Amino acid sequence: MKLLLFLPLIIPLATAVAGLLAWHRRELQRLLSIGGTAALLAAGVALLSAVQRQGVVSAQAGNWPAPFGITLAADLFSAVMVVVAGAMGLAVAVYSLASADIEHEALGYHPLMQVLLLGVCGSLLTGDLFNLYVWFEVMLIASFVLLALGGRREHMEGAIKYVALNLIASAFFLAGIGILYGVAGTLNMADLARQLREVPHGGTVPVIAALLFAAFGIKAAVFPLFFWLPASYHTPPVAVTTIFSALLTKVGVYVLVRIFTLIFVQEAEAGRTLILAAAGLTMVTGVLGAVAQHEMRRLLSFHIVSQIGYLVMGLGLLTPLALAGTVFFMVHVIAAKSALFLVAGIVKRITGTTELGELGGLYEGRPLVAALFLVPALALAGIPPLSGFWAKLALVRAGLAEERYVVVAVALMVSILTLFSMTKIWAEAFWKDRPVREGEPHAHYHPHIPGGARLLLGVPAVLLALATVAMGVGAEPLFRLSLAAADQLLNPELYIAAVLGVKP
Amino acid sequence: MESVLAVVIGGLYAAGLYLMVRRSIVKMVFGLALLGNAANLLIFTVGRLTRGRPPYVPPGGTEPLLPVADPLPQALILTAIVIGFGVQAFALVLIKRVYQTVGTDDLDVMTTTDTDSRSSG
Repeated sequence: MKLLLFLPLIIPLATAVAGLLAWHRRELQRLLSIGGTAALLAAGVALLSAVQRQGVVSAQAGNWPAPFGITLAADLFSAVMVVVAGAMGLAVAVYSLASADIEHEALGYHPLMQVLLLGVCGSLLTGDLFNLYVWFEVMLIASFVLLALGGRREHMEGAIKYVALNLIASAFFLAGIGILYGVAGTLNMADLARQLREVPHGGTVPVIAALLFAAFGIKAAVFPLFFWLPASYHTPPVAVTTIFSALLTKVGVYVLVRIFTLIFVQEAEAGRTLILAAAGLTMVTGVLGAVAQHEMRRLLSFHIVSQIGYLVMGLGLLTPLALAGTVFFMVHVIAAKSALFLVAGIVKRITGTTELGELGGLYEGRPLVAALFLVPALALAGIPPLSGFWAKLALVRAGLAEERYVVVAVALMVSILTLFSMTKIWAEAFWKDRPVREGEPHAHYHPHIPGGARLLLGVPAVLLALATVAMGVGAEPLFRLSLAAADQLLNPELYIAAVLGVKP
Repeated sequence: MESVLAVVIGGLYAAGLYLMVRRSIVKMVFGLALLGNAANLLIFTVGRLTRGRPPYVPPGGTEPLLPVADPLPQALILTAIVIGFGVQAFALVLIKRVYQTVGTDDLDVMTTTDTDSRSSG
């Protein structure tokens, strides 16, 4: 049991170390990358099935009893997230086989990906706030290097903005941790939850909650602190953007959900309107930014911001259905958004550009790529029977039940705008004729992508697109799982009992 | 002692924020370093200052005589300093590379990745 909690940390760490040892052997690094992410996915699935059987599980590092040692704990939400992290790691690793350039690989691209996954899994599984800070820094430093690795002007400018904003967020987080320790004398999340749940909070705890909301709001790109994301996410190679979009901001949201359902329960109750306002504004600003863009990856980057709003909306509503909606939406949006980024990468590979003005005629020339774009795009907009529909339905129904009509109206309106901006990509890149430029006799593309590379680029995107279909047509199992996860989140006694080993 | 440290922490935060809103990337990195140090001192101070009482068990006893200094905040700060050191070293190399690539240290010039109308065409 304990091993299952440690495996998602040991596997990427071991793979990263082995990758560093194989520094000059590119083929070996690639093999390790595939093997490591596949093993991580398997470990995640094993962990999830264990959590389904036994409820919340926990383990103490070095057998120091909680709350003195560092606790690892997994409930359904974190186990689902570990599975998703493993799946995304594998998808991006396969895609990278055909997309990564030698320059990047020579600079440690593959081991860095593993370090990134290590930081993500650590953040998902830790039960200790300071340990969470450490995992976040592991994740950040890997993402800094991955972002700056290209060394061209746009990489450098994107990196400086990303690094600065994330370090400010880390300073907030650290300050919040310090004050919380001064108030409660512990940083074990379960112990904090137990101590803070009985007493009515004075003036300090809400301040800490606000500090941490700001810190993770920056990391998750919640309004008004999202502007670093569209300024940096489109600069690195598509594989890097995909894993960033799939995991980094989502871990920020995960931590927000975790601390506001476990530790700052009273603040979450009192601050629901504020959280919902942040959620609504995040959706609106994100989608409006997306509508104004003319470059695929920038447009999709703004959509990351917009979708974060939906995830936070579930937290603001704070009902079982709403949190289930957040969990479901998380899995859905990671699959759909990653598929879209991978398709953007394929388009770039075929045409050499992602500027919508220069694209065109892909539906005629590459009908399969067009279909591959259309499915996750419609899923993202929430067209039934694809996955986004059920995720949004759950959130909207929860919002109506709570009589939060404004945020529901915003969520529905943003869905329409999402559909509009997806139609824009569709019309510009796929539907319209290719703009003919001088010196090019044919209005068709002549890419020379070998069959093997085509397979490696296509298969992850196809599987992710199929996942959005499967999650839509067969929504029942995942929705049941999401409801169970929400139930665990709203009953922190289970988590506390599993970590501290006592009934509170 | 607490009040002195409170003033120091406030000063560090103020100086750090002031440096961060300057246009130079060098000053920005200095500002980040100051923010990190301010946060570390904050942990130190709110973790209660106890002078001259190390948490040792006296000879023959089984537990330390209260009150003792809490060693945990210091362990946290030590970890945070090490992490901060690594991150700041990276940031220094990054701004050197940025200066080499972009040819300026002025943040207002670094707008090619921004999403305003000038660059998004």
